[in-house]
Amino acid sequence: MLKIENLHAGVEDKGILKGINLEVKAGEVHAIMGPNGSGKSTLSSVISGNEAFEVTDGDVILEDESVLELSPDERAHKGVFMSFQYPIEIPGVSTTNFIKTAINEKRKANGEEELPAKDMLKLIREKSALLEMDRKFLSRSLNEGFSGGEKKRNEIFQMAMLEPKLAILDETDSGLDIDALKIVANGVNKLRTKENAVIVITHYQRLLDYIVPDFVHVLHDGKIVKSGGKELALELEAKGYDWIK
Amino acid sequence: MSKYTEDDLREELETQEYEYGFYTDLDAETFPKGLNEDIIRAISAKKNEPEWMTDWRLDAFRIWEQMEEPEWANVNYPKPDFQAISYYSAPKKADPNKSLDDVDPELLEMYKKLGISIDEQKKLQGVAVDIVVDSVSVATTFKETLAEKGIIFMPISEAIQEYPELVKKYMGTVVPKTDNFYAALNSAVFTDGSFCYIPKGVKCPMELSTYFRINEGGTGQFERTLVVADESSYVSYLEGCTAPARDENQLHAAVVELIALDDAEIKYSTVQNWFPGDKDGKGGVFNFVTKRGICHTNSKISWTQVETGSAVTWKYPSCVLKGDNSVGEFYSIAVTNNYQQADTGTKMIHLGKNTKSTIISKGISAGKSQNSYRGLVQINGRAENARNFSQCDSLLMGNKCGAHTFPYIESKNKSAQIEHEATTSKIGEDQLFYCNQRGIDTEKAIALIVNGFSKEVLNKLPMEFAVEAQKLLEISLEGSVG
Repeated sequence: MLKIENLHAGVEDKGILKGINLEVKAGEVHAIMGPNGSGKSTLSSVISGNEAFEVTDGDVILEDESVLELSPDERAHKGVFMSFQYPIEIPGVSTTNFIKTAINEKRKANGEEELPAKDMLKLIREKSALLEMDRKFLSRSLNEGFSGGEKKRNEIFQMAMLEPKLAILDETDSGLDIDALKIVANGVNKLRTKENAVIVITHYQRLLDYIVPDFVHVLHDGKIVKSGGKELALELEAKGYDWIK
Repeated sequence: MSKYTEDDLREELETQEYEYGFYTDLDAETFPKGLNEDIIRAISAKKNEPEWMTDWRLDAFRIWEQMEEPEWANVNYPKPDFQAISYYSAPKKADPNKSLDDVDPELLEMYKKLGISIDEQKKLQGVAVDIVVDSVSVATTFKETLAEKGIIFMPISEAIQEYPELVKKYMGTVVPKTDNFYAALNSAVFTDGSFCYIPKGVKCPMELSTYFRINEGGTGQFERTLVVADESSYVSYLEGCTAPARDENQLHAAVVELIALDDAEIKYSTVQNWFPGDKDGKGGVFNFVTKRGICHTNSKISWTQVETGSAVTWKYPSCVLKGDNSVGEFYSIAVTNNYQQADTGTKMIHLGKNTKSTIISKGISAGKSQNSYRGLVQINGRAENARNFSQCDSLLMGNKCGAHTFPYIESKNKSAQIEHEATTSKIGEDQLFYCNQRGIDTEKAIALIVNGFSKEVLNKLPMEFAVEAQKLLEISLEGSVG
């Protein structure tokens, strides 16, 4: 599904990613771990198309097609979703209105009719229940005044609504207490199918107790320095990041 | 590259034409340029006015001659040459007393372009419309339906003939001839506008609407609107404006007076979309408008405005809260793009006890425009327990525009409660990226963010106006981030 080849990227003259190679197949969960500043968040930004970063070499291929020339919204229409580490506030725009717009824009881009209001409401009810969300959040301004945990839960709610092919969870565990973490992880697990894939970016092993990865990669100084199965995360937790440096 | 960048968007919007910029070739009767007592007498004669009206105009003209154009507003523009304007222009074939079948077909075609259908469609929407093209009212719909309730809704020129006592009693009582330079000018030369009277205890069953259009070149438009809501009555009034795109600046100096007698309520909504000039700041309407309402005991006046047009806007819809327990409200969205300049806000004058006012102002600046909020909250010595809440929010797009806030507060009563909140924000790259990542392109994202920002005010507009206003916001602004 996703193939990253020799990816180099950075901001202005500063290189951050220095030759990433990664292949994610449908149905798989990959965890990317690494110390602060290793390039984890840059990787998710580059995959989703954030223009603040410049790709200097290599390629990002989604379903046999390079996406480097596509804008972030075009990539989203192809099924890329990123759960933000710091979700953005949009005053005056309700979560319901926002997600409705997002879904209909995606449908429009893919040549589909807008989702009828009745079906939209049904979908919202179903997905908010999955994440045990208090529905009053849905009529509030997007992320405005939400706690850290509420924001993250809202991200996964949007993921559930959009049903992406490739979901990137950027430090989704940060700011979550253990109960919220379980609910969010449970939501992600229920959304897993044979057709979609998940990349979990995290600093700690904790989240991986609940979203069990098929592969774990360790990022250091813009490169993947070690890959393995889920036991690699446990080993890292025990030995610390100094071990791989 | 299939990437649609903000630069592309900006370019597209800059080159996008003003949607209402068409000019209709109507056979028009236009007075020679210039202003003097003879011209005023000629206007008055053209309108078949009684002598008191002619004298009233002449008096205003003499006052105006002694006045100077105000310069305190935060706007810069070449001062209009008042002798280079024609003060009367009328589509020749317009006659409000004839049926629609008699109306110039080109005029009807123009209404169609404006999205106005003066027929059953409006009936379904329950809106009665008075349309003013250049200087005269050309059609007033639903006069009869309204007359059954005793509601008078007609061109002010007709009202002067048919209801001289009412007009005489109220005209100039809220905005006197001496009020300011443009109000004095308007009092001397106003050529049409609407008059509306709601009798005691009557709730007007439909929205009343006036549509203003400047069509002829080299003319100014000076309309005058007078709305009187008698005791315990209610009316919701809508006003829309467009003009053709022209290289020259056209002058629009209107006066609107609202009178809410005891226990009455007036809701006055405006969507102002005069031609704003092109992307280089050429042309556009100078919009110098005086709007004021007076509230008697227990009455309420609510102004809602969406200002997207005009090269220069100078406008402060205000409330004089004379009666005890009266309420004044001002909800405004002012959008400026390219080289537009707006200096707009309100005055809330608290005279009576327990008077309340609310001000919600949303300024959105883009391009190289300047957008100022100017407001006065004045609590008189006798206004026990007066309360005001003001909120002024500014949204900036790009780095070349300006947002300014000039709030004035004068309180002479210790029991007053006055609150003022202000925020300034910018549409951030991070907000846009967040929307983009969810599949919402930049253009749509800006519309979404701006609508969210303006929501409190949009919600105050009557339904069909809110839709139009939302569309206008998208057209006027989506452009200029970067």
